[in-house]
Amino acid sequence: MGVAFETIAFQNELCDGCNECMTACARAKAQSDDFVHSRIQIVAADGGHELAMCRQCGDPECVLDCPAAALAKDEVTGVIEWDDTKCVNCLMCTVGCAYGGIVYDAGAGHVIKCDLCEGDPACVKACSRGALKHITSSRIYNEVGDLEDLFVPGLAGCQGCNSELVMRHTLRRIGPEAVLATPPGCVPGMGSVGYNGLTGTKVPVFHPLLTNTASMLTGVRRYYKRMGRDVMAVALAGDGGTADVGFQSLSGAAERGEEILYICIDNEGYMNTGMQRSGCTPYGAWTSTTPVGERSRGKTQDAKNLPLLMMMHRCEYVATASTAFMQDLYGKLDRAIQASKQGFAYLHIYSPCTTGWRFPSDQNIEVARKAVETNFVLLWEYDPRSGLRLTRNADAPLPLTDYMKVLGKFRHVSQEQIDHIERSVAENLRFIKGLAAGVPAVIAAAGRA
Amino acid sequence: MEQSHYLIVGASHAALSALHAIRLHDSEKDITIITRDDSLPYSPTVLPYVVSGRSHPERVFLRNAEYFSKQKVNYRPRAQVASLRKGAVRLTDGSEIGYEKLLLATGAAPVLPSIPGLPEVRFHVLRTLNDALALREALPGVKKALVLGGGLIGMHAAENLATAGVEVTVVEKEQHVLPGYFDADAAAIIEKIFAAKGVRILTGACVAGCAPRGEGCYAALENGGVLVADLLLVATGVAPVTDFLDGSGVETDRGVLVDDTMLTSVENVWAAGDVAQARGFFAADKIINGILPDAVDQGRIAGMAMAGDPQLTEYAGGVPLNTYTFFGQQAASIGVQEGALGERGVEVHRELDAERNRYLKIVLEGDRLAGIFAINGAFDPGVMWELILRRVDLGAVKQSFLASPQQTARAIMSKTWR
Repeated sequence: MGVAFETIAFQNELCDGCNECMTACARAKAQSDDFVHSRIQIVAADGGHELAMCRQCGDPECVLDCPAAALAKDEVTGVIEWDDTKCVNCLMCTVGCAYGGIVYDAGAGHVIKCDLCEGDPACVKACSRGALKHITSSRIYNEVGDLEDLFVPGLAGCQGCNSELVMRHTLRRIGPEAVLATPPGCVPGMGSVGYNGLTGTKVPVFHPLLTNTASMLTGVRRYYKRMGRDVMAVALAGDGGTADVGFQSLSGAAERGEEILYICIDNEGYMNTGMQRSGCTPYGAWTSTTPVGERSRGKTQDAKNLPLLMMMHRCEYVATASTAFMQDLYGKLDRAIQASKQGFAYLHIYSPCTTGWRFPSDQNIEVARKAVETNFVLLWEYDPRSGLRLTRNADAPLPLTDYMKVLGKFRHVSQEQIDHIERSVAENLRFIKGLAAGVPAVIAAAGRA
Repeated sequence: MEQSHYLIVGASHAALSALHAIRLHDSEKDITIITRDDSLPYSPTVLPYVVSGRSHPERVFLRNAEYFSKQKVNYRPRAQVASLRKGAVRLTDGSEIGYEKLLLATGAAPVLPSIPGLPEVRFHVLRTLNDALALREALPGVKKALVLGGGLIGMHAAENLATAGVEVTVVEKEQHVLPGYFDADAAAIIEKIFAAKGVRILTGACVAGCAPRGEGCYAALENGGVLVADLLLVATGVAPVTDFLDGSGVETDRGVLVDDTMLTSVENVWAAGDVAQARGFFAADKIINGILPDAVDQGRIAGMAMAGDPQLTEYAGGVPLNTYTFFGQQAASIGVQEGALGERGVEVHRELDAERNRYLKIVLEGDRLAGIFAINGAFDPGVMWELILRRVDLGAVKQSFLASPQQTARAIMSKTWR
């Protein structure tokens, strides 16, 4: 498996041309305030701003064009390193770069280029608008990239679905010492339980009823424990099977503190059976059982807050996560895996459904991101000792309509319905924040013996 | 007979770029690289710096043995091809190597002018690492040097010799130096700076004959006058060596003729780099565009074609380009001069400040960039090259491009290939 690298991303629509990044770079790299020494160059054009900077290319032309072996891509950091003891100042590298990323600095007397400041770029820290971001998600890839993918190739999810991403990532991390339960829903539907007598996973997998997932995993975990083996009992279930039909057994297992990792992939309805509403379907949303017609305008009740319900079971660990924030998701997954060795761990992952929510199949991660950025979805985690805490700041949300307008299931909503949803989102935030502020003490006082 | 799926002859930029492209697509099948050199691969471009001492000869190698073993490449120095037949090459030692896919990346060799007396004189050329080391060794004790040819190699060498304290004369038969890359205005600035550093440049001049003088020579000029030198460097140009292809069926002209995937006229034989004669971006006929970045491009295309990489995009045509640094000054030449274009729609924008050694010329054909040339002018050569290759329409931004080519081109770049 190859190596992934950190990078600096530029969102030109957020840049206001303050040039603080250039000042910071020139100071860091040349102890000067003159932009000419900056390795990052912001160019004003047509009222907007553009960027010239080393992209630390994966297959760098400048390196191939160097006759003196003075440029090389570092195999660990990915930075294209310049060796001044070998450079002959021929400037051939500047011919190879189509990004203006390596340029001659007359003051310095040699070429200059971005070196990512040893993983802590000064320009990014100086950018108050968030136009520059230091993207470090490569760390995940490097850490888990070599782990075995425990699903077969070719799972048959809908185009653009992120459930496959969730499945492959989570099981890869969990590892082969696990038994997997996939109750009726998209996860088995796309082939994880297999075909024609062969399973779709490389670990034992079974297909419980919607109602008894947590009960069956209870038995599996207890049996292996009695045999002296530490085999994880894992559920990859949908929100219908979790919040509605399967809730009785789930609640029981959580209340008993069974050592289970239960992952709920929440796409806000029974999506693989024809897009029926579930207890997790939000207010106003179209589903096939909350239709939109002359009188009916989508679902008339709010979604139940399933992760909060689980928190109130005082599980060993509860968290919400999103595939648009993979580093956050991975951190929570690791903590959930650990917690499932002592008690019940519940991970609630939001999963936009391209088919059932009706949005373009290339937008899944963007929809997931907007859900979080508008506070429609809040990212938090809980454990009985430290209580609840938000893992992503929710103080400066985007307008809720930025999220809703992408989704066909909300296309019909009236202003009144939008107002209702906005009130619900605000109320939810207040509630979670209240818990975050107060719960540690409350929970600690009432903590189970 | 030894057998290799991929066989690459030559080990400089085109060869290494091809190897890289092959391994991106095919990590398994065997690759053999043979080179007549006795070292690890190096670039001819670095040689003037080896002569001057700026580059240590042990530190100029483009790849090390570990790289080749990691890439599962059999690297064979001291192997020279004598002839080529279908499916195999014969080396000068009589052995043969069979191949499925062959790349000719043998580069070019110095062309010696037919000057009476030259064969009897001790002279240097500068194309191989051994040439550079020999020239460097000859330097101590040299007071006067004569450089034949005011091209890039000649000018680089002249600068390095002058910096080492040698009294240098450059003889160039054209009316100004670096005729391939710069016009008379730009060359005048370059010549002036060389003159200020004590280098004598004779343009429009030819050596009519020469005679030995110890390690050096006497050289008689056509228009009279005799030059005396302790060292003679012949840098009058290079050309592909293609005689080993006689009878192989590989079509040659001045170089090995290739199509837009670098394939020669013979199946499973490709050519790239200084040996290849390929489509010119501006020229109607195929050209030898003997420059490093183009060798890298051609090598990549050949490698992708050899490996059957479906991502292959065909060669867009060679654009003349180069960068040239001399005595702390920077020059760049991207594209063609106005003289190489048709009569119609050609627009030339000039800025000349000979006092301050600044020069900028922009050649537009219609609303598209055809050439941009500068001395001590800031622009990104690679971005300009892309503007030419992509035929970017500059109509809407022409005035700002002429006023500030670097900033305007960067904005276009950032928007177009974000």
